[in-house]
Amino acid sequence: MSGLILNSVTKEFGNFTAVDHVQLSVPHGTFVCMLGPSGCGKTTLLRMIAGLDLPTGGSIVLDGEDITAVPTHKRNLGMVFQSLALFPHLSVGENIAYPLRIRGVAREQQVKRVEELLAMIHLPGYADRPVTKLSGGQRQRVAIARALAISPKLFLLDEPLSALDAKLREAMQVELRKLQQQLGITTIVVTHDQREAMTMADTVVVMNGGKIRQAASPIEIYRRPADRFVADFIGSTNLMPLAVEGGRVTVLGQSVPGLTVPGGQASATVSVRPEDVHLAAPGEGRVTGRVTFIRDLGGVIETFVDIAGTEVIAVSTPRERPIVSVGQEVGIAIDPETAVVLTT
Amino acid sequence: MNRLFTRVYFALIAIFLAAPLVVVAGVSINEKQSLTFPPQGFSFVWYGAIFTDTGWRSAFFASVVLALASAALAVAIALPLAWFLWRRIAPWANIFQVLGIAPFTLPPVITALGLLTFWATTGFYGQPWTAVIGHAIFFVTLPLVTLSLGFSAIDRSLVEAAATMGADDRTVFRTIVLPLIRPYLVSGYAFAFVLSLNEYIVAYMTVGFTMETLPIKIFNALRYGYTPTMASVTILFVLVAALVFGLVARFGDLPKLLGAMADDDR
Amino acid sequence: MRREPPQRALDYAPLIFPAGMLILFFVVPFATMIAVSFFQRQQGGFYEPAFVFDNYARFLSTFFAGVLGFSLTLAISVAVVCVVLGLPFTYLLSRMRRKTQVVWLVALLSILSLSEVIIGFAWSTLFSRTAGITNLLVMLGLMEKPVALMPNFGAVLTGMTYQALPYTVLVLYPALVRLDPTLTEAARTLGASPIRAFFTVVVPALRNTILATLIMVFIFALGSYLLPQILGRPQHWTLSVLITDQAIYQSNMPFAAAMAVLLVLVTLALVALTLMVGRKGETA
Repeated sequence: MSGLILNSVTKEFGNFTAVDHVQLSVPHGTFVCMLGPSGCGKTTLLRMIAGLDLPTGGSIVLDGEDITAVPTHKRNLGMVFQSLALFPHLSVGENIAYPLRIRGVAREQQVKRVEELLAMIHLPGYADRPVTKLSGGQRQRVAIARALAISPKLFLLDEPLSALDAKLREAMQVELRKLQQQLGITTIVVTHDQREAMTMADTVVVMNGGKIRQAASPIEIYRRPADRFVADFIGSTNLMPLAVEGGRVTVLGQSVPGLTVPGGQASATVSVRPEDVHLAAPGEGRVTGRVTFIRDLGGVIETFVDIAGTEVIAVSTPRERPIVSVGQEVGIAIDPETAVVLTT
Repeated sequence: MNRLFTRVYFALIAIFLAAPLVVVAGVSINEKQSLTFPPQGFSFVWYGAIFTDTGWRSAFFASVVLALASAALAVAIALPLAWFLWRRIAPWANIFQVLGIAPFTLPPVITALGLLTFWATTGFYGQPWTAVIGHAIFFVTLPLVTLSLGFSAIDRSLVEAAATMGADDRTVFRTIVLPLIRPYLVSGYAFAFVLSLNEYIVAYMTVGFTMETLPIKIFNALRYGYTPTMASVTILFVLVAALVFGLVARFGDLPKLLGAMADDDR
Repeated sequence: MRREPPQRALDYAPLIFPAGMLILFFVVPFATMIAVSFFQRQQGGFYEPAFVFDNYARFLSTFFAGVLGFSLTLAISVAVVCVVLGLPFTYLLSRMRRKTQVVWLVALLSILSLSEVIIGFAWSTLFSRTAGITNLLVMLGLMEKPVALMPNFGAVLTGMTYQALPYTVLVLYPALVRLDPTLTEAARTLGASPIRAFFTVVVPALRNTILATLIMVFIFALGSYLLPQILGRPQHWTLSVLITDQAIYQSNMPFAAAMAVLLVLVTLALVALTLMVGRKGETA
């Protein structure tokens, strides 16, 4: 079987569990983004895949071979660090050729491969430049080229774009994705930036507290979050308490037909994204509340509505703009198509 | 594999560093007066001898008094200098910083000889207080370096905030600067104290004929007649140094004092 | 307080005491020493003010030049041994947990502060025939009879290495503790074993630091005065020993002063070299 499999991988530091029995399968050639807040365990997990830290439990299997105990330098992977870790005493070409040199590749082969890679990252002729004289974006690309020099089975990146300014970062996200698709290499990126994950990944793995909360395609994560954490972490959402009273489903005390609670539980949470909240006149089938604040940002308008103590935010563009004013009573329709009922 | 190598390497270095001290400790508790190892008989009599034997006792007190006084003088010289360099922009004053660092970076015999010729010429050669000055100058580098570090770590906005609240120069020094540099003051004093205790050549060349400090006495004993008290004094010195530096480490951030960046928790 | 140049005379007040002390008790003695080096030595240990180069000329005779050569060789050997032993040690130390580092740093500082006399005594004991390493080996059955391992060059070298090693570690410490840990991790992911990574990445990246440390330990070793006497024979005596010998026992102050001045010049040249290397490293 081709690809990376993490079997119940665990990492404990004394009493603290950084990575808690993580189970994940990464098919060959996919682009995975591990996403989560600081301290969620994503970097620790990546380092274990690289062999820089050893798991305290579980195993890591790559292309059918158990590599859990294999030391880092024998794993034949390529890794880009957050600090880029370019060797300051070597030139651009020498940096890129380093993995080849270590493996005893002949001089002419090294030179040829370096040229190929420099062309791939759009820096032809830069072989003799000292790395200290490059711009941030150029250093980034050299780090990528160096990691890919030996055409590794696995390409790992730890917050690779965090040191770049916003505009460059956006451009690099696209570059990186295109590169990965061109080479068809299994890639795992750790990031805390949602836009990055949504742009680049085939599969987004959302982590918190050392556990995987959800692993699915970006749109699936957005439209069908698996639990409260994912719903709240990805984009913004309105979380409203839901109760089942005598066969009827109510949200914030008001009846909403069409919603079902899986597993027949008595209470849950419903998640509705601000762009799915539509304002109308108060009435049947609508949850009623009062407008407390309006933020008109020009391109979008955010309307804050207070419903029995809970604040709900509706986002609409000027074209769909409802004419409301602060203090006005409005009704909110909750559409079962876009609302997600969450039990955890 | 990597971890095993590290452990073995560190163990070897530890043995290398500890071996002489272990042997000396063994010799110091030897009951008989001979220089043998392993010790035959067990006794702490040679530790007591430091205080009961008049020669060793006076050397002990001489060393301690010298260390206390010269470290204090060194700090008294270093503090205003470091303060001035921090407070004022005066590029020409940096020459004094160089002068402060010079005695310690040059081979000690140079400073010792210089002081010897000076005292001989001025006629004060051999007076005990010349040793205090000699040591203070020789060790002024230590508090100077620690204090410079300490001053540079002061966030100037604290001082400026105090000024907006009505504090003048002297008040700022007393209430803000002094508390902040206290750890560096203490560590500078501690380093100078320990090194003065151990210092041989400057003491020897300036007052070696009139006054015996412990290091001088040990060297003379080495030359003219072995006594186990040398060993017990040695162990005492090691314990004092370990205690002093241990205290500095306990109350301060030792790695930071020695050049690490602040709190790199591993 | 803003940093500003001194404006009133009173602003200079803090500087008076330190400047006075340093000038009076360092600059003046130093100048006196230089002056004395040109004086004419007289019988009976006196000397009269003069301006002669006799003392310097005497130094350049073969015997004393030989001593200088030996001193330099010994100091270089100590520096090399210390850096070779100390570099991997400090590197590994800087990767350890903070608490472990503190324990080792306290131990190293304690040994560093030890008097040269004490180190000399401790090692002379270790090398002696009655209480040393050979006694241990005899006890373990690895040797027949205990022997004295000194005085000889090896003993002097060992003693001086012992003295200089903690200093080497403390000099290397700031640079190594600030070294980017991801550099070696990157090298490992690129296929280099930890040892290979050390030699192909850490050592070259610290080229300038290593050179500067070699020079600093060299200067430190030059100052050794007691260890060559305690652990070696007269042929192992260094310049520092001779200077003291001439000043105290031979009562030849001008000559001692001349040698001291030469020693200072050598040291200053090396310090300048260190600074230059350091500066070059920063612009690279």
